[in-house]
Amino acid sequence: MMPRKTVVEGSMAVAEAVRLCRPQVISAYPITPQTHIVEDLSKMVADGELRCEFVNTESEFAAASVVLGASAAGVRTYTATTSQGLFLMFEVLYNIAGSRLPINLTCANRAVSAPINIWNDQQDSVSLRDAGWLQLYCEDAQEIHDFQPIAFKVAEDPRVRLPIMTMMDGFVLTHTYEPVELMDQELVDSYLPAYKPVVKLDVAHPLTFGAFAQPNTYHEIRYMLNRAVMGAKPKIAAAFKEFNETFGRDYAPFMEEYRSEDADVLVLSLGSVCGTIKDAVDELRTEGQKVGLVKLRMHRPLPKAELRKALDRASVVAVVEKDISMGQEGIIATDVKSAFAGHDGPTVLSYVAGLGGRDVPVPDVKKVFKEAAAWKGRQAPDDPIWLGLNTGIIPEVQ
Amino acid sequence: MTQTTPEAATPNAATAKAPAGKPKTLKEGYIPPKERLFAPGHRGCAGCAELLAARLVIEAAGPNTIIANNTGCLEVTTTPYPESSWGVPWIHSLFENAAAVASGIEAALIAQGKKEGINIIAQGGDGSTVDIGLGLISGMMERGHDILYVCYDNEAYMNTGVQRSGATPFCASTTTSPSGELSFGNMRPKKPMPEIMAAHGIPYSATASAAYPRDLQKKVKKALSIKGPKYLHVHVPCPTGWYAESADTIKIGRLAVETGLFPIYEIENGVVTNVMKPKKRPPVEDYLRTQNRFKHLFSKEGGAEVVKQIQAIADKNAQRLGLDSK
Repeated sequence: MMPRKTVVEGSMAVAEAVRLCRPQVISAYPITPQTHIVEDLSKMVADGELRCEFVNTESEFAAASVVLGASAAGVRTYTATTSQGLFLMFEVLYNIAGSRLPINLTCANRAVSAPINIWNDQQDSVSLRDAGWLQLYCEDAQEIHDFQPIAFKVAEDPRVRLPIMTMMDGFVLTHTYEPVELMDQELVDSYLPAYKPVVKLDVAHPLTFGAFAQPNTYHEIRYMLNRAVMGAKPKIAAAFKEFNETFGRDYAPFMEEYRSEDADVLVLSLGSVCGTIKDAVDELRTEGQKVGLVKLRMHRPLPKAELRKALDRASVVAVVEKDISMGQEGIIATDVKSAFAGHDGPTVLSYVAGLGGRDVPVPDVKKVFKEAAAWKGRQAPDDPIWLGLNTGIIPEVQ
Repeated sequence: MTQTTPEAATPNAATAKAPAGKPKTLKEGYIPPKERLFAPGHRGCAGCAELLAARLVIEAAGPNTIIANNTGCLEVTTTPYPESSWGVPWIHSLFENAAAVASGIEAALIAQGKKEGINIIAQGGDGSTVDIGLGLISGMMERGHDILYVCYDNEAYMNTGVQRSGATPFCASTTTSPSGELSFGNMRPKKPMPEIMAAHGIPYSATASAAYPRDLQKKVKKALSIKGPKYLHVHVPCPTGWYAESADTIKIGRLAVETGLFPIYEIENGVVTNVMKPKKRPPVEDYLRTQNRFKHLFSKEGGAEVVKQIQAIADKNAQRLGLDSK
């Protein structure tokens, strides 16, 4: 069949991909800007286009618990949320990872309260990095569409058995229309066969799930969870490779390198802002500057060796991210620095940018490249650098 | 088996008829531990009525049952990895979410076309039911899942060391509502959970007690025969947390029912039915004196007045449910 290239809303790009993956149970609770995804999916169920149990719950906590129960009972499951909803799910999400259930969750990245704010940054999903979920970030609607079968395939691999989150920036991607080449059902079916759980709740083979682990076993069970997350890396690479071959795409699994080969100053970022950064890189390149972008796609597991390889040649790496570990710096910046601990490497700067939907325009990105060049050969500052800070509205006294 | 409570059922007022199939010898009717749906050798306290009730529930439900269990005494004592007492598929996720986990299991079975003939039970203690898990149970009831929710009510957070819950009775002393110079203990009455559940318009909400095993098992079977969401609130005396004699579990459970402090009844489609009426309603003091959580009522000035207030709670229950009418 011919690929169906069309203009769709980002949320529909996800919903359509999820439909093609044939989930058997979806459970969700509405929260801006995730709403269009679950509205689209519930309409597909109502119209008979998707044969699936769709469970509307009274909270995100319940939605995560519903997909947990459904996954333990042996079916393919999906949920979507963001921000406060993700935070309300936190206890369940750690439990899902510890229970090794292959649930697929889309996070429509949004700032967290307080102050309450419905617009985009990535504080929500980045805060979940330690739970045992695999985490992939998307730049555009095509990526979020394509990454759904990859997510299910990796999560459900009997050698992986881990939950996975794909991230799309709220509003910037969820509520904008883009041309997307939609996948074909037959190809998705061939790429993603029906889910075959290794164990499940079954009266014919009664098993106990979620037993109480004491100090003599807990340590080892957590070791095994980390081993599984680390071990997922080659499986993710293989799933991307097979996807590229099946669907004619060209995704690098862990990160995308943009004009970075000979770059002296690099920006590392993730999500939709990478589109803007690519424009800034192009403009600076025409001015003859050796700059480039490394777009981090996979945050967990952290591809440390690949990060070293991609960033090593530069003198300075400015990590531009929409999150912060309060009292420290940007979380991705810390992770990038950890990849170079004990190695000679570039100066790594932490830039906090675009929180709560603040726009990050091309001139700001160009400013980052210019400033970053001045840090060549120097020790990076201890404090993060805040991009586009309007000091005029900040009181002097704490 | 660590529990010391008498397992043999004694007929109660509602079912005062000897069952036909009663075993005549110890050997007859014996089931080897490995073939049981709830195996002995768990880590429950001596005299634990919660584990006794849980065994009665699963034995009544039978092997074609999947259980989602909240965190609590029942979970901790029956599934210390790598051991398990459970002979049916059983899952524990968190303290408060068994109702939602069970909802997901039901959805998965429907999606696979495998729901027919399978019972789903969500269960937990009173803290996880009337307090932290209430919203999730309400969601399960409102959505109309075909699930039986069972609350084992031992009237406080026993697993963490006897802290008060929304189900702790009026003026019981707990570790977070202790009696003292200025206090008679927990100053609030029990949350009316069976009525809250019935208000969801569900077909069946009922109370039962571990002290009346046949009534409890009959209700489990009845509930599971009804399609839709069901609720069963089981009173389970806790000698450890009630500071009582472990040999007195059943006696205490019966006194709770007989005095009218824990009445046994059903609410079918919103109508109260099958109220268990005690032959004679003893004064609440007979019940309160069996447990040291009420000891202060008999040693502290003003205690007699509180006992009167507790008697008034029992009398109100009696009036509401017609416990004294013949």
